[in-house]
This record gives sequence, structure tokens and C-alpha cells, in this order.
Amino acid sequence: MIPLYDYSLDELSQKLQKKEVSSVELTQSVLKRIEETKAKLNTFITLTKESALQTAKTVDQKRIKGEVLSPLAGIPIALKDIFLTQGIKTTCCSKILSQFIPPYDSTVVKRLKQNDVVLVGKLNMDEFAMGSSNENSCFGPVKNPWDLERTPGGSSGGSAAAVAASQCLGAFGTDTGGSIRQPASLCGVVGIKPTYGRVSRYGIIAFASSLDQVGPFGKRVKDVAHLLKAVAGRDSMDSTSADMKVPDYTQFLTKDIKGLKIGIAKEYFIKGMEASTEKVVHKAIDHLKKLGAKIIDVSLPHTSYAVPTYYLIATAEASSNLARYDGVKYGYRAKASTLQEMYRKTRGEGFGREVKRRIMLGTFVLSSGYYDAYYKKASQVRTLIKRDFDEAFKHCDLIVTPTSPTTAFKLGEKMEDPLQMYLSDIFTISANLAGLPGLVLPCGFDEKNLPIGLQILGPHFKEEKIFHLAYAYEQSTEWHQRKPTV
Amino acid sequence: MVIKKFMHITKELVEHLAKLALLELTEEEVTRYTRELDSLIGYFEKLNELNTTHIEPTYQVVPEAIVFREDSVQESFKREEWLKVVPQQEEGAIKVPKIIDVG
Repeated sequence: MIPLYDYSLDELSQKLQKKEVSSVELTQSVLKRIEETKAKLNTFITLTKESALQTAKTVDQKRIKGEVLSPLAGIPIALKDIFLTQGIKTTCCSKILSQFIPPYDSTVVKRLKQNDVVLVGKLNMDEFAMGSSNENSCFGPVKNPWDLERTPGGSSGGSAAAVAASQCLGAFGTDTGGSIRQPASLCGVVGIKPTYGRVSRYGIIAFASSLDQVGPFGKRVKDVAHLLKAVAGRDSMDSTSADMKVPDYTQFLTKDIKGLKIGIAKEYFIKGMEASTEKVVHKAIDHLKKLGAKIIDVSLPHTSYAVPTYYLIATAEASSNLARYDGVKYGYRAKASTLQEMYRKTRGEGFGREVKRRIMLGTFVLSSGYYDAYYKKASQVRTLIKRDFDEAFKHCDLIVTPTSPTTAFKLGEKMEDPLQMYLSDIFTISANLAGLPGLVLPCGFDEKNLPIGLQILGPHFKEEKIFHLAYAYEQSTEWHQRKPTV
Repeated sequence: MVIKKFMHITKELVEHLAKLALLELTEEEVTRYTRELDSLIGYFEKLNELNTTHIEPTYQVVPEAIVFREDSVQESFKREEWLKVVPQQEEGAIKVPKIIDVG
């Protein structure tokens, strides 16, 4: 018999609606799975067992009474430890917030609660979402369920690994430069970074405010469509949350993609990428062609400038956002006899190595005398990168690319070389710079049996088109049925 | 292509930046960040290959994602809720070390 945790979110949603299973049974199955596997993977920072079972019980009672419920009602999910959860510790995997219990919920959490979702816990991540391997966590790295010696990717590594290992039916993460899509690719699950402004950032610990966006992970495209619909849409608490109608993404999931125009950019097939990744992605593109899509060559000429542009802008914004951690109002406070000393020691002791590196970089690019040469320059190149996409989307509906130049690398492999680590984001960061939605789904495996993800990029607020293509691809392949053995 | 390098990150600059950012760094960290920032900034200067003289900078990429709301009075958090997360407090106020530092 297949254990309950091994089904997809959508399958379980139907089982719950037909009353074939109860949310309590499902939640117990998931909690048991977490207990059996969490030490191996180091995915969970906080478990909320009791409140999860309590919510599950309440949802079951509502269902028995015949209340109309959300498709997500009674479904166990988990959150990257960057979403504020009222009364539940929220650490951002930083020493500086390691004891922080927020007095309010982020908008995403509020909406999930309105959908009667069962929250099972908070997930490991790179400190303040800064990293591509989940090794910058003050709670230690997450292990990739496909190979425990390898990274799950980052910064939402815990979210991707937990979904891949069936420790929850869906998870949420954030994506500033690829932090949802790269780990989704490395762990063989589906993840989407929506358009900037699609999901409220209220109550989400900020990294780089012009780039940060929230998105879900799931085992299937349809699962992710359900999860995004539940949290997307205008929120008066976030002035960058767009006042745009949220379509029911699940209504766009059809298998016919005849005539859909798919752009392929040569700049996304570069020297230095692994041969197996290149081969598998080309095969996926051929497959889309067989399904009836029209493949069109497009050019994104400024792609090779995206990494420096991103790291100049993101670190500048981060150095300003992280100024709030000073030991005064909340979080860690170092012992000191003067206020100045308290600030310096709190921040020196409270932040980890990568976070301090980025604060230093950001301080440099914003500082007097260097601002024009670095920050302003990068913001101008950002314009050029955005124009590349505007031009490309005149000729195609969607763009398909690889997600990461390599499959999951070994833990420790890139920790001493920040530039190599930053370059692993090369295919994902342009979407953040241009504010575009991007979804990643499994499209094959390399010779080491490590998953490879296909990235689908679309114009602003065209998530439904992306879901359509992703679904058609997924349903005509078998990659999503493979599971890691943990 | 050979990239012309304009900027060298020195130990003095790193110490100055740490002061601006209110970060107490160890000697080892200063050495490490001097080396790493120098290498990163060197790579970032790749942007100088592009002429951007007449290009407007972009700070916000999605025009729909700028929305204002009415400036109306709304209920805020309760003082005692927030005081629960304060590291040190006295009589309902946040307590910090001595502010005036001679020298």
C-alpha cells in the first residue's frame, strides 16, 4: 500500500473531499515521515506537531458538517523560516534572530490559514536567504534527498528537499535570484517564482526588496497551481503588491500546446555547463516541439552581465534592509557598555560569514564616491537586461532555458570561493532583475541519477501560460514519478 | 577579453566599510573580506564593457507593482505584544546601554 504522504497534493485534496481519508490521518502520516527522515536531511528548524494535529481535527469537523472548503483544506505544508508566523519561532536561520517569536503573521500565512492549511513546521534555509547551497544556515546544511553528500541548492533548500522527500505536500519559499528555482531543479520538484508584485511580501523577512518574491514548491505542476492561487493577489499591507486579478491557475492545465511559441536563447547554453544538463534540456525542447510547440530562436544579449548586475543591486539593498538588526528592539543583543559597542558587537557576532560579506559589498557599492560607478551602473544594466526580455517576448509566448549549469554539487565544494557560488545562479537571476515569472520542473536526470530542471519564463503576470506549458510537458513525460530513496 | 581593473580593495577600505556598516570584524575577517571583495569587485567591473551613458537606471521593474492605499488610521499592534520580543526593558520602555560615549 502506498503511504499517504507519497501521494500528490492534488490527489490528496480529492481524497479528503471524497472523505476517503481524514486530515488527521494524513497529518499523522506526514509527521511520521518527518520523524523518520528529518535527522538525515536536516530540513526542519521547528516542528508544529500539536497545532498541526489540532488544525487537522478542526478541518475534519468542518468537513463533516458539510462546510464548503478550499482544495487546500487539511493539507500539510511547511514554510521556509523566513515567513513570520505568530507565536512560532522565525529565525531566518540566523543567530541574530534565533530566539525571535513574531507577534504577527505574514500575509501569506494569514491566507494559508484562511484556506485551512495544516502547517507542520518551519524549514531550513541559507541565512537571510543569502546562498545557493543552504550551507549558510546557523543550523547547518540541508542534505539533498537524492544524494546525502550533496547540496539541495539554496536558499530555499529546506523547502525543496522537504517536498522531494515527501515530508510535506507543498512548501513555500522566497526567490531573490533563483532561491526557489535552483533548489527545485537540484531536488527534482516543481517550484515557481511568480511575477514581482504577484504575492504580498508583508511579514516576510526582507533581503533585496526590488527582487524578492514568494512562491510555492510541489511534487506536481497542479499542486503548485493550487498553492499559488491561495496566496496571490493584492494586499494593502504591501505597496508593491499589484492590484491584478488572480486567475484560477488550475483551469489552464491542458495538454494541448499546438502553436505555442517557445523562445530559446543561445546565451543560456554556455561554456562551463555540464554536458548532461545541456543534453537533457535540448531533449526537453525537442519534446515540446513534438507536442506541437513552435521553437523560435531569440536573443538575450546581456545575459552574461546578469551576475555582476544582480550582486551589486542585491547586496546594496541587503545592506540597507539588514541595518534594522541592531540589538535594540528584537533579536540577539551582545553584551556591551555603550550603545555603539552594542551595535557593532551584536551585528559582528549575530551575522554569519556570507551575510557579513554581502553587507560589506553592499555598503561599498552605496558608499560615497563609488555609488555611480557600481550601484547606478548596475541599475542601468538592469534596464538593458529588462529590454532584452521585452524584445524577446515580441516574438514568443514563453522562453525555455536550463535552470542551473550543473546538477547538485557536493557540500563544501564551493564554500571557499564566493564567485563560483554566485555563478551557479547565472540562469535564474535575470528573471528577478526583470521581474518575470519563472517555473522549474523536472526534465531528466544525469548519469549520477541527480535531477535536472527545466525553466520556463514568461512575461509579467502570465503565470497561467507557464502553468499550461509545464503541465503539458509534465503529463507527457514520466520524470515527476521518480522519487529519491530516503 | 582582458578586463581592465580599476578598483583595488585595501585593508583600510574594508575597515572603513565595517565602521560604516557597524560591524565588528576580527583581524582574520578583515583579511578575508579584503581578499574576497577585491576579487568580486574585479569581476563585477565586467559591467564597464557596456556603454550606459544614455540608459536610464531601473529601480522598479513592474509598473503594476506600485500601489498606494488611503492614508487612514488603522489599529496597530499592542505595546505589550511587542515588548515581549524586546531584549531588555524597564517600565514599559526599551532599555539600551549608555548612549553618550566620550571619545
